[in-house]
Amino acid sequence: MTAGAGAAGAVPPVGAIPAGAVRRAGDRALLVELPGTAEVAALYGWLREQREAGALGEVGELVPAARTVLLDGVADVDAVARLLRTARPTAAEAARGPLLEVPTVYDGADLAEVAALWGVSEEAAVRIHTGPEYTVAFCGFAPGFGYLTGLPARYEVPRRATPRSSVPAGSVALAGPYTGVYPHPSPGGWQLVGRTALPLWDTDRDPPALLAPGARVRFTAARA
Amino acid sequence: MSELVVVRPGPLTTVQDLGRYGVAHLGVPRAGALDEPALRAANRLVGNEPGAAGLETTLGGVALRAVGRVLVAVTGAPAPVRVGGRAAAWGAPVVVPDGAVVEVGAATDGVRGYLAVAGGVAVPPVLGSRSADLLAGLGPAPLTAGDRLPVGTPPPYRARPELVPLPAPPAELVLRLRLGPRADWFSPDAVARLGRDGYRVSSTSNRVGLRTEGPPVARARGGELPSEGMVLGAVQIPPDGQPVVFLADHPTTGGYPVVGVVPAADLAAAAQARPGTPVRFVPLRGH
Repeated sequence: MTAGAGAAGAVPPVGAIPAGAVRRAGDRALLVELPGTAEVAALYGWLREQREAGALGEVGELVPAARTVLLDGVADVDAVARLLRTARPTAAEAARGPLLEVPTVYDGADLAEVAALWGVSEEAAVRIHTGPEYTVAFCGFAPGFGYLTGLPARYEVPRRATPRSSVPAGSVALAGPYTGVYPHPSPGGWQLVGRTALPLWDTDRDPPALLAPGARVRFTAARA
Repeated sequence: MSELVVVRPGPLTTVQDLGRYGVAHLGVPRAGALDEPALRAANRLVGNEPGAAGLETTLGGVALRAVGRVLVAVTGAPAPVRVGGRAAAWGAPVVVPDGAVVEVGAATDGVRGYLAVAGGVAVPPVLGSRSADLLAGLGPAPLTAGDRLPVGTPPPYRARPELVPLPAPPAELVLRLRLGPRADWFSPDAVARLGRDGYRVSSTSNRVGLRTEGPPVARARGGELPSEGMVLGAVQIPPDGQPVVFLADHPTTGGYPVVGVVPAADLAAAAQARPGTPVRFVPLRGH
């Protein structure tokens, strides 16, 4: 796919990238600043296609985050910065990856608190959480820890005031606008709503992370 | 297959190669040797590919018993080297006979030493690298006494120049600083002072970052930055204003503004600067 307008037909561009939004991060990296998650997803998808097509030259890493995409290990930063000015990523480029089902036992230690924050019963909270299709917006915190968006903004919850010193692997948890699934046992301050037995991280698998950026996810209620 | 058996692990000795690439978007740090030129030089001395895995020591050295005859070379922080109790060369290929112990003593200067072995340390690679990642816990754990490290098949040895240029650890650490991506979070005055004021290497430095101590770098604006991708050499300014230079085990994303980025060429010296070493940042403008 080219950078040209109209390449995706009915899907409108998420938007051009203003010149000031492309920042240098040292001699070999560019940080692109965007309004939000949808634009990040679109640009990240577009950049992956451009890289596969060989249009970016050598690029070591593409790292999406909440409002940025980092291009690191870039051989020719000037050429890539110029190309970014012509980018017209569309939402169609963001929608990629197979739909992954995450069977979840909703018995988390913070489920009652989350339900109370939402002003609903625990059963209704489970229905709310299993409703939307989520997308892995980016990874961080630990290898394979994906930040999933998809829950409507009115269901944002704060982090716990006191983080837990140990959260078991497979814990399904909420913080801010995100849902995450802990791939490894670790300390954590997110609100635990459930757990899944799905192996989220396996270094012998390619890719090692089940919840890689761009993956689409649906949580389903499973029996204990 | 030859082996190296750990007799004395030293304060912190890890297996390192050139690190992991292409997996930052999954939250996997790069890891790899902090003083990359020193690892490359050690590998060259024993006839390895530059990216073969070796051992990175920290201040206190390491002692290893050879199972099978091996060829090793020690570079990085200068340190006494002994084989079978007898003095041996630093910065040169050294034969360790079967059953003999090679000892790297405490560094006389600098911090990180590198021991390469012909054939490389052949632990199984994880995501394309044998490096120990102390932040994410990938790769082999730091060495402990009794560990047995497999050694790969040595490449056919070809004579190499005996003198590999190895810079001395710095008396003053000069770090060039390419401003951005978040220099605008700081006033021009604060950035100018960062270049003028003296900093020192903090004793809390580790493989994740070189922490420095000095006059706090004040922010020009409040608020929080959503976490964003981080590069090697990024100089983060946390709320206490004390600059942190990201080294090989740095997290892939971070939420403190990055005032500038130290070029990779300056980071080998950062890996060798002891706590208390004066640090001077030299801001570079434009591109």
